[in-house]
Amino acid sequence: MKPAPFGYERPRDLQAALAVLGEAKTSAKIIAGGQSLGPMLNLRLVEPQLIVDITGLAELKQVERRGDELVLGACVTHADVEDGRIPDVTRGAMQRVAGNIAYRAVRNRGTVGGSLSHADPAADWVSALSALGARLTLRSGAGARMVAMEHFIVGALESALRDGEIVETIHVPAMRASAHWGYAKSCRKTGEFAHAIGAILIDPSAASARVVIGAIDSAPIVITNAAELFGGRIAGDYKDRFDARVADVMLATAGVSNAAHRHIHVNVLKRAVREAAA
Amino acid sequence: MRNEREFPSADGAGAGQGVGARLPRKEDDRLMRGRGQFVADIRLAGLQDVAFVRSPLAHALIRGIHVPERYRGCVFTAADLTGVNPIRAVSGLPGFKISEQPVLATGKVRQVGELVAMCVAPTRAEAEDIAAAVTLDLEELPAVYDMLRAREPGSALVHEHWGDNVFLETNFEVDISRAFDAPIKVSREISTARQCMSPLEGRGVVATFDHRLDQLTLYSSAQMPHITRSGLAECLGMEQGRIRIVSSDVGGGFGHKGILLPEEVCLSWLTMRRGHPVRWTEDRREHLTASSNCREHHYKITVFADRDGRLRGIDCEATVDSGAYSSYPFSACLEAAQVASILPGPYLMPAYRCRTFSVATNKCPILPYRGVARTGVCFALELMLDLVAVEAGLEPGEVRLRNLVQPEQMPFDNITKKHFDSGDYPEAMRRALASIDVEGVRVRQRKGEADGRRIGVGVSIYCEQAAHGTSVYSGWGIPMVPGHEQASARLTPDGGLELRVGVHSHGQGMETTLAQVAHEMLGVDVAKVRLILGDTAMTPYSTGTWGSRSMVMAGGAVATACRELGERARRIGAKLLQHDPAAVVLQNGEVRGVNGSVTLKEIAHTWYRRPQDLPPDVDPGGLEVTSGYKPQRDSGTFSYAAHAAVVAVDPDLGEIEILDYVIVEDGGVLVNPMVVDGQIYGGLAQGIGTALYEEMPFDAAGQPLATTLADYLLPGPTEVPAPRLDHMETPSPYTLFGVKGIGEGGAIAPPAAIANAVNDALRPLGVELMQSPITPYRVVEAVLAAREAERPAA
Repeated sequence: MKPAPFGYERPRDLQAALAVLGEAKTSAKIIAGGQSLGPMLNLRLVEPQLIVDITGLAELKQVERRGDELVLGACVTHADVEDGRIPDVTRGAMQRVAGNIAYRAVRNRGTVGGSLSHADPAADWVSALSALGARLTLRSGAGARMVAMEHFIVGALESALRDGEIVETIHVPAMRASAHWGYAKSCRKTGEFAHAIGAILIDPSAASARVVIGAIDSAPIVITNAAELFGGRIAGDYKDRFDARVADVMLATAGVSNAAHRHIHVNVLKRAVREAAA
Repeated sequence: MRNEREFPSADGAGAGQGVGARLPRKEDDRLMRGRGQFVADIRLAGLQDVAFVRSPLAHALIRGIHVPERYRGCVFTAADLTGVNPIRAVSGLPGFKISEQPVLATGKVRQVGELVAMCVAPTRAEAEDIAAAVTLDLEELPAVYDMLRAREPGSALVHEHWGDNVFLETNFEVDISRAFDAPIKVSREISTARQCMSPLEGRGVVATFDHRLDQLTLYSSAQMPHITRSGLAECLGMEQGRIRIVSSDVGGGFGHKGILLPEEVCLSWLTMRRGHPVRWTEDRREHLTASSNCREHHYKITVFADRDGRLRGIDCEATVDSGAYSSYPFSACLEAAQVASILPGPYLMPAYRCRTFSVATNKCPILPYRGVARTGVCFALELMLDLVAVEAGLEPGEVRLRNLVQPEQMPFDNITKKHFDSGDYPEAMRRALASIDVEGVRVRQRKGEADGRRIGVGVSIYCEQAAHGTSVYSGWGIPMVPGHEQASARLTPDGGLELRVGVHSHGQGMETTLAQVAHEMLGVDVAKVRLILGDTAMTPYSTGTWGSRSMVMAGGAVATACRELGERARRIGAKLLQHDPAAVVLQNGEVRGVNGSVTLKEIAHTWYRRPQDLPPDVDPGGLEVTSGYKPQRDSGTFSYAAHAAVVAVDPDLGEIEILDYVIVEDGGVLVNPMVVDGQIYGGLAQGIGTALYEEMPFDAAGQPLATTLADYLLPGPTEVPAPRLDHMETPSPYTLFGVKGIGEGGAIAPPAAIANAVNDALRPLGVELMQSPITPYRVVEAVLAAREAERPAA
């Protein structure tokens, strides 16, 4: 289990990194924490001709609060979030999600931007940041664009990133005081990839909710207008109004054909709803 | 309690180091500091690495192997290995069909991962680059991937000339027709998944040739080095004396390291061909997909009982998926044939019939894994006993108590002629039931859980034949039959003790426990006892470490050699004390007479450095003894244990949490109870893996589907509860000190206890799970099916 030969570049700043990526005439892969790419290289599941190592880029480790949102550099690690080294705008929600990602060794190196770029449907940030309504700044040598999470993940291991483009920052909206948050996942063992994720950000006073059903074989189901999951209206009694049948139909529509799998997903989402209401 | 009082006991000055002492393990100092030396740590000048081209298909004809011009000379195929014989592990049981496993595939491939070509380069990465550049022209054949379908006429054939896919069929029957009129009759199909043994350290091989000694040295992570030597010599056509096997520190064996590997043969050939040392270390993907598997059993079983729960008989057809080839030395049929002999368990069984099939498929060969067939057997039998309990309206524990062999019947010959040596099986069950508090669980069940989960309690019990010897193994007719076990004991000139044994230690702590045995005999400080093992050049021949035999066999051999050594020292000591030899005793490391004493250190100094002071009739063998040992009866020791588990099951998510776990075990006299506790913890972890996590699935093309540890799940620290252990200590009447083999037992009973607990939790929902592992998906699928079945017809 050794990787095929590859070229390696470690640019000094973001401009240099974008230049290397833009010029690359060969297949290139960006490495940050390497927690997914490392094993994939060793298993020869990917054989890029060039690896661009962005772990040295100070620009991508910056964190700041800008108005109503938190702007995270793509190379912030899960452990940075877990350990509270970034400002908390989600009333602890991100910190709790981070603390349950894989194992501590993975969290020490794995980065938020790397996890999103990898676009594994079972990854926590993919579902959690979709529910939190995060947006991403994607940058290439030609400029930057901003994409909402639900448009960024387009399929299993497929993102909206174009050639030469990298995730620069993640923008997380501050959670309103009246909002409730619930996040649940089911894993066969501690630290393993989830086989079902449910996430909900709900604000009964504003009658709004974002609901995510994740860890399916494709991009997560992101429900921005979630009233039908709660019998047509979102109010303080949402826990009791949660309609499992509607969630089940959504999963079937998304291509989850196995009834037992749908049952587990629906019940994990139900657990997230209960947590939000608790 | 020891049944051999003739041995000097280490009381007084040396107290606390002999048999029964909870000594910290000597080997842990280096292992816990990362100073162990494993095969992958070996660095030899000129060493090159090997990577293998392996079959990507389960079953195919080889039409061509294409090696790019630039790699000629670095790639070797079967055509190059002239004079190398295939691996043959033949059983003498009547009807056994022989498979020949070419060390590099010839003609066709019969499993994914089978070795096709060997690539050598200065580094493993470069060797893998070469392997990736070699292309195979394969003509795919239908894969035999389901052992039950493989038995049907018309199935594709793994070995065409057999005419079917059955390595061996066995039949055993005693009075079965007398059970047929029993009022309770329960029939089920039960199965256990195919598993990979997954030691922390995989296999690894370094081969080199020493021209001065005219000897091939093979460093291998192996648990039976002397057997490896014999098998290797047969494949290479070499004299055994020209081969030395060195097995250094071994990071877990479990049976996986008991077989002769085709890789060992290949690298041995390669180093002699190339003239430099070569290395191959198994990576985790190779371990999971290409090496060897274990455990895949299927049972079609009927249990007969009276209304009061008393067993009337068992009728069973058992099938084991043996994979493509018969492994050396255990063969492809040991597992299934053992099923027939041990299925009646620790119970009184008036009637019994068992047919077994060892079936060839296009999968990795099956190997005996910790517990061998017992884990599957215990799973099948104990799940069935819970169903008998339901039918009889009794607590599952009560059904066991009514059927277990009673202590006053010991020693007991059961229906398959297994000779249970000693023990109180019902007492172990009673203690487990009391400790797990079945009554308390029933009260809690009636109240229900606030979180919607369901609670269940499950028990299981087994007895395990261990350290079985010549009379048992000669019957199997496989390449390896254990005889007397030997050990050498040598006093060094400064009074230290060197022990040499042919068994091996791969986590068992033998450097400590065998030193404790020596201390018991000679009184030498355990710190001054050195154990030499794992090297055919330095140790007496042994079949090695397997079958929970080492403490009984090597422990007995060490004690016997030390006793003879002590006797020689005593005679020298008598001379030095100017006593009649009859008037002195060896005690606490010194020879004592009425007028004084002389230490073993002084005696050793005399033998080696002042021979002029020795008695004229001194034994010229001196202070070095090789002796052998076999228990008075070699039909094996029977350790046993009752396990009990309480679980909480979430019927909607399928998640299972183990809330409490109790083990009551009896391994006879324990040489080091702390080491035994460690063995039980490790076995429990593996048993939980079998129960809930581990499974190597295959698709219809025979492709193994769990290719990394993200797919092949092993339990971790958070999945293994701290069990509550209770020891009983019934000596074996046949062994030195009364010890019994205990190493495997922890892995036998957990799947049955946990599955019974899950079924107890879900029975009110109409759910029954008869297949391991019990995954969340299987639980939810069964819960939904039960709900569907309960829904009134439209």
